[in-house]
Amino acid sequence: MSVDILTAQNLSCGYDGMEVLRDISFRVQEGDYVGIVGPNGSGKSTLVKMVLGLVKHDKGSVDLFGTPQREFQDWRKVGYLPQRIKFFNHNFPGTVEEVIRLGLLSKKSFPKRFGKEDEAAVLETMEKMGIADLRHRLVGELSGGQQQRVLLARAMVNQPSLLILDEPTTALDPETRDHFYELLDDLNKKSSTTIMLITHDTWSIGNYASRFIYVDKKIIFDGTFSDFCKSEEMTIFFGEYAQHLICHQH
Amino acid sequence: MNILEIFSYGFMQRGMICGVLVGALCAVLGVFLVLRRLSLIGDGLSHVTFGSVAFALVLRAQDMYVTIVAIPIVLLSSLGILKLTEKARIYGDAAIGIVSAAGIAVGMVLAGAAGGFNVDLFSYLFGNILAISSSELVIAILLFILVIGVVFFYYNELIAISFDEELAKSSGIRTTEINSILALLTALTVVLAMRVVGILLVSALLIIPAVTALQVARSFGKTMFFATLFSVISVIGGILLAFVLNLPAGGVIVLLNILFFILSLVWRKIRA
Repeated sequence: MSVDILTAQNLSCGYDGMEVLRDISFRVQEGDYVGIVGPNGSGKSTLVKMVLGLVKHDKGSVDLFGTPQREFQDWRKVGYLPQRIKFFNHNFPGTVEEVIRLGLLSKKSFPKRFGKEDEAAVLETMEKMGIADLRHRLVGELSGGQQQRVLLARAMVNQPSLLILDEPTTALDPETRDHFYELLDDLNKKSSTTIMLITHDTWSIGNYASRFIYVDKKIIFDGTFSDFCKSEEMTIFFGEYAQHLICHQH
Repeated sequence: MNILEIFSYGFMQRGMICGVLVGALCAVLGVFLVLRRLSLIGDGLSHVTFGSVAFALVLRAQDMYVTIVAIPIVLLSSLGILKLTEKARIYGDAAIGIVSAAGIAVGMVLAGAAGGFNVDLFSYLFGNILAISSSELVIAILLFILVIGVVFFYYNELIAISFDEELAKSSGIRTTEINSILALLTALTVVLAMRVVGILLVSALLIIPAVTALQVARSFGKTMFFATLFSVISVIGGILLAFVLNLPAGGVIVLLNILFFILSLVWRKIRA
């Protein structure tokens, strides 16, 4: 039987009287690969931030690994890559290695210290991401694509059970992007890592994800990509042309 | 007069030890503050220190008791700045501005009520490192151990919030707690630093060594090392120069820090 990794029930939230998300309910089970898509400003990023407790919800509840989110402590099970590091400070003097290592803090207890095994985990992740040669470079001096890979490595270094990625491929070149999707596929299939991925890249999501959630302030669709493309309800909602555009490349 | 002779004076030894300890603390905390864009918190808190020193002098407190009176007031003010930022619709710099102004205003009123500014208050405004008493040195050593100990235990969490607070939070780091710890440690350090460079120049000790190190260091660990190195050299060199040339030590220390900063910019330009 599949274990519930994440349960969201009737979640709503808003800023300054504006409703951002309304009545969001969905479940993510162990081994799921969920693609979250929707137009700009549809609340996709807010949705994952609510799940992680970075944005407070006004109504509803979230459980992570069977524990109410507010009481959840086992953060080593979760890896997160935000859409854009909000205040990514280009003067931050950390090396690639130092930044990736920060991803290991979630599994440390007080006082949080790093050891030899952590160094090995960081090196292994860097090699997987093809950035081992950047090890001693300052993060602030890297290109956008390289920085994105460093932050991905930071999210993955802990080998989390749930990986939440917010538009992870925007700054990647096509070759690295394909490699990255293969890596995620591998993690999902071989290590049963549960993946939630926000993207505009519907082609890739259609290829890899086992589920497809379309969000626009509320959940419009939750099912497989082919179900979405065949759904008459979605044809009515989007119109044939828009649905065709989303599904066409698949 | 040779160097050994200078170091043979008790007041010089006390000044040097206190200066080096405070310089190292300011450098370490300064790196976190500069990266968190909270550089001016030191300035704000030093102004609160002015108010609390005036309050202590009204109470006729002397010597180490001035420090002891100032500590709780400045600690509370540091938390006040954080609370203002979190709860009210106020940006961090505005919150610092409000607390800073409150500190100066209280200081002015108290000093006025007590019969005007006197020599004691001026010695805190401009620093008087060579007038540090043995009891003040003991307090400085104890606070140094406390602050460095806390930084040691929370070092990686402090790095994480300096990089990105949201990411740190998603790693299970209690960011509110770590921010409070950073503010409280800064408050303690500011109180200590007022005797070294004076209330008016405390923020220089927090900001300049950190930004100088950021120009030359190639990792976070090295940034910490260089900031401490530049700061300690400036303090030792500043005290010696001030003594030999009969100049105010606080000013000379800060000018040496600025010189290192300019050199670091030149070095960076040459390297590029």
